[in-house]
Amino acid sequence: MTAAASADYALQHLIDPEVCIRCNTCESTCPIGAVTHDARNYVVDFTKCNACNACIPPCPTGAIDHWQTVRKSAAYTLDEQFGWDSLPAPIEVQVADAAGIPEEVRRLTEAATAGQAGSAVAPWSAATPCINLYAPSRPAIARVTGNYRLTADDASADIRHIVLDFGSTAFPVLEGQSIGIVPPGRDGSGKPHYVRLYSVASPRDGERPGYNNVALTVKRVRSDHEGRAVAGVASNYLCDLGIGDEVRVVGPYGSVYLMPDHPGSSLMMICTGTGSAPMRAMTERRRRRRAASEGGELLLFFGARVERELPYFGPLMKLPGEFIDINFAFSRVRDRPKTYVQDRIRERGDTVARLLADDDCYIYVCGVKGMETGVIDAFRDVCRGRGLDWDAMQPALLAKGRLHIETY
Amino acid sequence: MQTTTNYADRIPNNVNLSQDRALARALERWQPAFLDWWREMGPEAASGFDVYLRTAVSVEPQGWAQFGYVKMPDYRWGIFLAPVAGAATINFGEHKGEPVWQDVPGEHRANLRRIVVTQGDTEPASVEQQRHLGLTCPSLYDLRNLYQVNVEEGRHLWAMVYLLHRYFGRDGREEAEALLTRRSGDADNPRILGAFNERTPDWLSLFMFTYFTDRDGKFQLAALAESGFEPLARTTKFMLTEEAHHMFVGESGVARAIQRTCEVMNELGSDDPAKVRAAGAVDLPTIQRYLNFHYSVTIDLFGADQSSNAATFYTAGLKGRFDEMKRDDDHRLHDRSYPVLAAADGRLADHDVPMLNALNEVLRDDFICDSVAGVGRWNRVVEKAGLPFRLTVPHKAFHRKIGSLAQLRVSPDGRVLSESEWDANVDNWLPSDGDRAFVASLMGRVVEPGRFAGWIAPPAIGINRQPANFEYVRFG
Repeated sequence: MTAAASADYALQHLIDPEVCIRCNTCESTCPIGAVTHDARNYVVDFTKCNACNACIPPCPTGAIDHWQTVRKSAAYTLDEQFGWDSLPAPIEVQVADAAGIPEEVRRLTEAATAGQAGSAVAPWSAATPCINLYAPSRPAIARVTGNYRLTADDASADIRHIVLDFGSTAFPVLEGQSIGIVPPGRDGSGKPHYVRLYSVASPRDGERPGYNNVALTVKRVRSDHEGRAVAGVASNYLCDLGIGDEVRVVGPYGSVYLMPDHPGSSLMMICTGTGSAPMRAMTERRRRRRAASEGGELLLFFGARVERELPYFGPLMKLPGEFIDINFAFSRVRDRPKTYVQDRIRERGDTVARLLADDDCYIYVCGVKGMETGVIDAFRDVCRGRGLDWDAMQPALLAKGRLHIETY
Repeated sequence: MQTTTNYADRIPNNVNLSQDRALARALERWQPAFLDWWREMGPEAASGFDVYLRTAVSVEPQGWAQFGYVKMPDYRWGIFLAPVAGAATINFGEHKGEPVWQDVPGEHRANLRRIVVTQGDTEPASVEQQRHLGLTCPSLYDLRNLYQVNVEEGRHLWAMVYLLHRYFGRDGREEAEALLTRRSGDADNPRILGAFNERTPDWLSLFMFTYFTDRDGKFQLAALAESGFEPLARTTKFMLTEEAHHMFVGESGVARAIQRTCEVMNELGSDDPAKVRAAGAVDLPTIQRYLNFHYSVTIDLFGADQSSNAATFYTAGLKGRFDEMKRDDDHRLHDRSYPVLAAADGRLADHDVPMLNALNEVLRDDFICDSVAGVGRWNRVVEKAGLPFRLTVPHKAFHRKIGSLAQLRVSPDGRVLSESEWDANVDNWLPSDGDRAFVASLMGRVVEPGRFAGWIAPPAIGINRQPANFEYVRFG
């Protein structure tokens, strides 16, 4: 079992003894006898539970739906759980070794966030991220459960939606975080390949709700920044994966580029190409919570060369206007003027200015390096025309965790 | 009124309703009467509300908790039998080891009908008892929970009526009609069991009722889930899953009231009941008196401490014990005895009696064990708040109206009292008119999403993980 051997951490299914009413429903529902009880508590046997979730819907209290990241070697025993009056605090892996983040990951992150001109902080209401649970020396092993092309067959860009399932290995991620892929084999000089970072495109509860999986948005790289033909090692490796293939994954990384969780918070999202991955994750998170009527707006600016090359175009078009305000910008449509996201931002100046001034709105930019200057200039113009001063505003946005830029 | 019904859609079921024309015809006649009863005696003034309810649409884990907004008269009352599990033989009594019955054996027909009717009668009764509570709900969350309990009691009535219609012929149909004509608390045509004719006048009473009295339901259903009559066993087994929600409403409701009271006590720095009341919370001694009342009324529901009927039901294989198969004995019980607390010469003493005659007492003691554990969890809320008060369950002989203990006056700590001692203290032990009037005075209606009345704390977790300010009920 590669997955078991590779992973130090697992998700352990626990029952909250403070909320549980000992009604026996979970025990009678469990098809494999993984739930048991004594006079005090109902508990789940870590060595038996296969996370089939059959016990979750019938539980009248919600006490059953607790999962904690634990070291596999130190999962809570039945006796420990029998003794609890309340759930224990999550173990310290939560904000593990920020210091131990691989140098190459740190370098990539610094380069990606250079455009925000200062260091940002996470939104105050963001969930606490797990960081760096898996290092290149002991990666988590995921299995590919989906790999399909997002862009039209005749589009020049091959952008793919890849789903990785972690099985019983804990790999908690938040929207906006990245995971690292370690391509197998060695480079030309005989060294292991560098880690490549990919922003997750799925929300925290999985690409499929309740599943321990993540989605990535990967563009097959065929040329470098100067346009020379180069086959990207990691992207081609990922794009060519088949269902069932194993992938070595490290991370998760990122403790700042996170979404706010408080009701009434709004998101302004500006992206191009595969920069749409975190926007999809955040949008999907909000979509799944729509029934909760938590309020807040979603404003999206999304640029691509042509419609056919815009990942997630179809699903985006199905989202209702009252949920998300979508503004596409296409730069290579025949007989039409070239339009970039910054043009759309200027067109929507009133809305953009209102949201920039709204302390509950958080701004996310992700895409190619070249978009940064254009977007910032557009913000500056929008502000100037409405009595606001972007350059005075920007440091405050960073300090409040309201501005997040990642470009590559 | 519609006369034909698309049963697969209107009545989710796994009893092949669409193929059973006789049954379908019987239910077609009964359903309009049920809806009339629901309109007349169901939740007051609630028919236009959209309520975020859980509906069971199949017996699979994923099918049985479908959440969505439903107008209550449109709630899809389904008929479900738990899937068959294990070897289909009778587990206890004289027929132990024989195949379970798919039909009612002629010699047990009257007793089985009586069991089904007695169980069935409690379901509409509790809806009637609770019908005014929506007008004084402490939050939308609680209002939704009340309605969930109400529609599931309605479904339990359907479950029992299904058995009456399907297996008991004309007698069954007449009994099914009578279930809709008796009324809780009615002097001329009351519900069968005492506790179901008591009023549920306020939300503290509702929480105590759902904690204690619905727990009686759990133990009765669990005993019937052992029945040799398989349709009854499978029906009650499925009902148990819903009964758990009702006990959750009670356990968490009382816990939240206690939590709020403790917060107020700590803010005031005082345990003076008058001060706690003045600050708008229910003082802990009053909560104790409510507990005493509901506990004692509920343990009466298990019946007389010695009962030849109970022996007959067991020996005939109609009604087992709680967790019958987890008990390590011969499951026939001829040679076994059981200690029963009884009054003799004005004193309390245990007497060993044949276990078969004491099966009501066995079930009552199982219930007591289970109840005490939950009261312990309430005490942890008090303990966590750093306060010394502890709730207790009263003595088994306290305030009994049924069985030999009914002859005595007994204090909550088990002392036999004279009538005058009882009279002098009863207001310390059971809710007085003043207590009930005070609790009633707190029952203001709170329906703003996310807000809770001042006497109760918000829940730790929302229904189906919804956030605290979720709009559980939308008023039409």
